[in-house]
Amino acid sequence: MRAVRWIRRNLVVIAGVLTLAYLIVPNLVVLAFSFNKPKGRYNYTWNHFSTDAWRHPCGVPGMCGSLGLSLRIAVYATIGATVLGTMTAFALARYRFRGRAATNMLIFLPMAMPEVVMGASLGTLFLNMRIQFGFWTILIAHIMFCLSFVVTAVKARVMSMDPRLEQAAQDLYASPAQTFLRVTLPLAAPGIAAGALLSFALSFDDYIITSFNAGNSVTFPMYVWGSAQRGTPVQVNVIGTAMFLLAVVLVLAGQLVAGRRRARA
Amino acid sequence: MSGTATASVNRPPGSPGSPNGSGAAASASLPPELARAARRRRLVPYLLLLAGVAWLLVFFVAPMVYQASTSVQTGSLEAGFKVTWHFATYWDALHAYWPQFVRSLAYSAIATVLCLAIGYPLAYTIAFRAGRWRNVVMMLVIAPFFTSFLIRTLAWETILADQGPVVSFLNHVHVLDVTSWLGVTSGDRVMATPLAVVCGLTYNFLPFMVLPLYTSLERVDGRLHEAAGDLYATPFTTFRKVTFPLSLPGVVAGTLLTFIPASGDYINAELLGSTNQKMVGSVIQSQFLRVLDYPTAAALSFILMAVILAIVTVYIRRAGTEELV
Repeated sequence: MRAVRWIRRNLVVIAGVLTLAYLIVPNLVVLAFSFNKPKGRYNYTWNHFSTDAWRHPCGVPGMCGSLGLSLRIAVYATIGATVLGTMTAFALARYRFRGRAATNMLIFLPMAMPEVVMGASLGTLFLNMRIQFGFWTILIAHIMFCLSFVVTAVKARVMSMDPRLEQAAQDLYASPAQTFLRVTLPLAAPGIAAGALLSFALSFDDYIITSFNAGNSVTFPMYVWGSAQRGTPVQVNVIGTAMFLLAVVLVLAGQLVAGRRRARA
Repeated sequence: MSGTATASVNRPPGSPGSPNGSGAAASASLPPELARAARRRRLVPYLLLLAGVAWLLVFFVAPMVYQASTSVQTGSLEAGFKVTWHFATYWDALHAYWPQFVRSLAYSAIATVLCLAIGYPLAYTIAFRAGRWRNVVMMLVIAPFFTSFLIRTLAWETILADQGPVVSFLNHVHVLDVTSWLGVTSGDRVMATPLAVVCGLTYNFLPFMVLPLYTSLERVDGRLHEAAGDLYATPFTTFRKVTFPLSLPGVVAGTLLTFIPASGDYINAELLGSTNQKMVGSVIQSQFLRVLDYPTAAALSFILMAVILAIVTVYIRRAGTEELV
């Protein structure tokens, strides 16, 4: 009877934990199978434990090259989207001007568009302008779809900032440049960082848009896609797991820094 | 991530709070040098916008317009394509690929409903019941984002493998008999069936549902729950009359963020389904990359875009929520 009452009271939590398990289990499978030594080409059934893939992460031809290309594109796309997006976000959050509503709409649309539509149309344009597909076309496409996410993240942050802090800085004889660098920018930094992190993750992970704009270049998701047909190497699981662990460590470090800052304040 | 969103007050820009919102009316009565400075200041937003907006106009809007024109072109790769206002491409494309269209919309609608059904309890748990575990759970929701989407989808091939423990169990308790009878699985397989594709779509887009739901639930004042309880509302009534209505903006945002990308997705259909589960995205991709029939690819993606924009517009009108951006 008591057990029944406990279950009834915690029904939501139980459902929530089950959903969380649904989210996490595939990651655990990726982790487990990074230690597998598959019998044939397909790494779908457990054979026996091995650390080969972890010791030779670049042991399969082409994979680390594609990983390098993806990382390079992700870094440049993050820088580009963060700079352009932050400027746009400041304009939208701080100023009232003609065309503001239209700009908001323009920012919203890429997020409300299926990737396949954006990818196909940009690819068609490049094709017809006879632009060589490759690094630059991928980079252009990535900056395009990351931009809106940066704008949204930074705009939310800038709008929640207290404008009186900047007024106070100016009252204390800070020049506009000093006010911006020492007050505004540090206050907006969490929003900018969130936008940049999101851009990096989106760019690094993108397959659909990239596939329309890559030509002969192979990014890491394209490599994984290609290998899925003929059997994915175990090394792909190693990279997936390493990225997951890196993300967890980064988030934990961020929490720690934020917690310490809060404790000091 | 959530901290920034909660604190946002959504102050209209240019209202008393914002320092640089001086309009034309104010500068009229100022001395000339200040008026010049005010005029220069009015240019600032346009300068800030220039690069970002130009980027989107050139690489997002222009391709869309160009695609509209491509969809009414005829020709071949060798002879080149010309605009001939050949609207029959639309008709032919719809005629040939309507099953993939219907399937895309149906699968993504089902996946969206499932995401809402299982994502809501998780968002609710994080917002009200997680206590000091809140940040850890949040991290676990976001972390899968950082493992490649394709690798995680491939993991489902392992989980749903024909001889795997999950399928054996479902077979053993005769769940698969029921699902086969319903037509969502076939025989004793889960892979290469609609169930596998919908399961993959639900999994892949779940965080897009949970995050907006959490953001709007987190803003709900816990004292409202107490007040409802004081007024003799049962927990379920409290949820139905207080919590759920207050979380509606999150429901709207989450539904759109799940439905839109899911309807254009073809990775789940390709990796977890068979040719009988192909979605419209696969058709667009193969028309573009393999068949090289650009007008058909353009027409199909134009129809997809139009359908989605129509659904989104109707949905936002009906649900009437605040600014989404």
